[in-house]
Amino acid sequence: MPEPFTTLTAIAAPLDMSNVDTDQIIPARFMRRPRDERYAQYGFHDLRFTPEGERRPDFVLNQPPFDRAGILVASRNFGVGSSREAAVYALLALGIRSVVASGFGDIFFSNSLKNGLLPVRLPEDVCAALRAHLAAHPGATLSVDLAQNILTDAAGVAHGFSIPPFARDCLLRGLDEIGMTLTLLPEIEAFETARG
Amino acid sequence: MPRTLFEKIWDAHVVHRRDDGLCLLYVDRHYFHEGSFHAFNMLRAKGLKVRRPDLSFGFGDHYVPTRGRNTAAIPDPEIRGIVETFEKNAREAGIQAFEIADPRQGIVHVAGPELGLTLPGMTVVCGDSHTSSHGALGALAFGIGASEVAHVLATQTIWQSRPRQIRIAFDGTLPPGSTAKDMALALIAEIGTGGALGGAIEFMGSAVRALSVEARLTLCNMAIEAGARTGMVAPDATTLAWLQGRPFAKPVDIATLRSDDGAAFDAQVTLDASRITPMATWGTSPEEAVPLSGRVPRPEEAPDESRQKAWRGSLDYMGLSGGERLADVRVDRVFLGSCTNARLDDLRAAAAVLQGRRIAVPMLVSPGSTAIKREAEAEGLDRIFREAGASWEESGCSLCVSMNGDSVAEGERCASTSNRNFRGRQGRGARTHLVSPASAAASALAGRLVAAEG
Repeated sequence: MPEPFTTLTAIAAPLDMSNVDTDQIIPARFMRRPRDERYAQYGFHDLRFTPEGERRPDFVLNQPPFDRAGILVASRNFGVGSSREAAVYALLALGIRSVVASGFGDIFFSNSLKNGLLPVRLPEDVCAALRAHLAAHPGATLSVDLAQNILTDAAGVAHGFSIPPFARDCLLRGLDEIGMTLTLLPEIEAFETARG
Repeated sequence: MPRTLFEKIWDAHVVHRRDDGLCLLYVDRHYFHEGSFHAFNMLRAKGLKVRRPDLSFGFGDHYVPTRGRNTAAIPDPEIRGIVETFEKNAREAGIQAFEIADPRQGIVHVAGPELGLTLPGMTVVCGDSHTSSHGALGALAFGIGASEVAHVLATQTIWQSRPRQIRIAFDGTLPPGSTAKDMALALIAEIGTGGALGGAIEFMGSAVRALSVEARLTLCNMAIEAGARTGMVAPDATTLAWLQGRPFAKPVDIATLRSDDGAAFDAQVTLDASRITPMATWGTSPEEAVPLSGRVPRPEEAPDESRQKAWRGSLDYMGLSGGERLADVRVDRVFLGSCTNARLDDLRAAAAVLQGRRIAVPMLVSPGSTAIKREAEAEGLDRIFREAGASWEESGCSLCVSMNGDSVAEGERCASTSNRNFRGRQGRGARTHLVSPASAAASALAGRLVAAEG
């Protein structure tokens, strides 16, 4: 069962890359491992570490205070590619609870909602302005309020976003989707009977 | 009211509709592979059982070795464990799974349709983004994540919001030497990896109608690389003829399975198929593709500043300079395989290029299914590959996703018939160029990125 998501105020890190695919969020070779705390190591692994295992100082999540970020502000087409839900597990293990971007891979978007990671879709010019501000003010926070559907930036400007109502309800209350669907079991059975 | 093919299949599967429009859809066919262990774990944690084991089918593909067909002999204990877990989960749930040594084993998006398990009008899901492939048979097919796989196993349904519908027409006639892979790459180069984001594509037009089912599978396979949730082709006589005699196939009435005249789409793209030539990617996103006869673009030619930056990053990763001719780019190895391009027609096209010649760089051939491997051997294709110097191996995802231990070394360049040229996709630091099977074979002969002659 996912943890409820209501409000979040956290340091936000700018990730100025488009088309961040799920292979980059978690390389395939780690996916044979069961889900545990090691997923924090796997997250963005090849962007964060050199082949020799050294931290790459140029990658934003290796730079304090961004290494404590709870929110990531990305760009176009975040999470495209493979359906691997492990990408969401890795982000959560890294302490990221929300990703802001101007577009999301379809399956990543839905995987996020089912695991308590909030994907916030905002226009690219807004994302670019947020990234520029965060880069210039390391440690600046953003606030997300899911009940109000609002993201508030450091200047106090509120940006509205939308989340599909059912997923939003499940997130706010930490509800289990399977359990809710099973209450519709008679309808599922009726459908099967009608089709013969 | 005229409806699209997508709407007809959608409407026929709605179990419950919420006031906000979200629908609970019935799932006719669920496929899974070794990566499903997260979903089975979730089910166990909730104390739930698989509701309809008869509607799910498992295929060992992501982690199975390309060499050897024995689970116990897999050297890496973690990989062996994943394959064993897959087999155990299927058996415990009473689900039919085509394990590593089964003659029906293969890549799920190749072997499923080949066995007649995907039929026109069905809803099809699998925990794999390339599930869009199955739309080639006129099914509504899309990839899902692990939580959704658990949901499908427990309820045989899935919650979906209606995606925007996109009509993509390939008019005219595809020139000889150009393939469905080239159509897909030309489309993605045109509309971008976000061009169909979250949408449902219906492929139409004379060039699509003229494609074999194998080629339609390739086209729909790549729909996800344009960001789409699904791609589909309306079933026709070609589809029915292809399904004839397949072990699990049942007769289907396809008369109404097409978009009505005047049905509304949210967006429309038209491409002239007669202008499509063999394509290759030069960068690290499938949208970074150009004709093989052309040059690697210069960053200053990018349409906007954000892409200029992305192109610089791609060129740097790929070890290329803008303006270089693709034909001058040396490759270190070639991969012919994957759910995109490892069907019998693909193997035939590559073998026709290789016949009687010797390759200049190593080439790995992994047929899309064990059955295809046997058919190819019956035709003598394996001999052509071997005599040319290629490795003729077993079926699985292999170098497309590099989960089974196969990988391209850091800095090495691979011409590949797979679907993703993402950074590190074929191994850390590996450089991937996506091409068609014929272009892959021609590149293996030349040791450079070239299209087949003639």
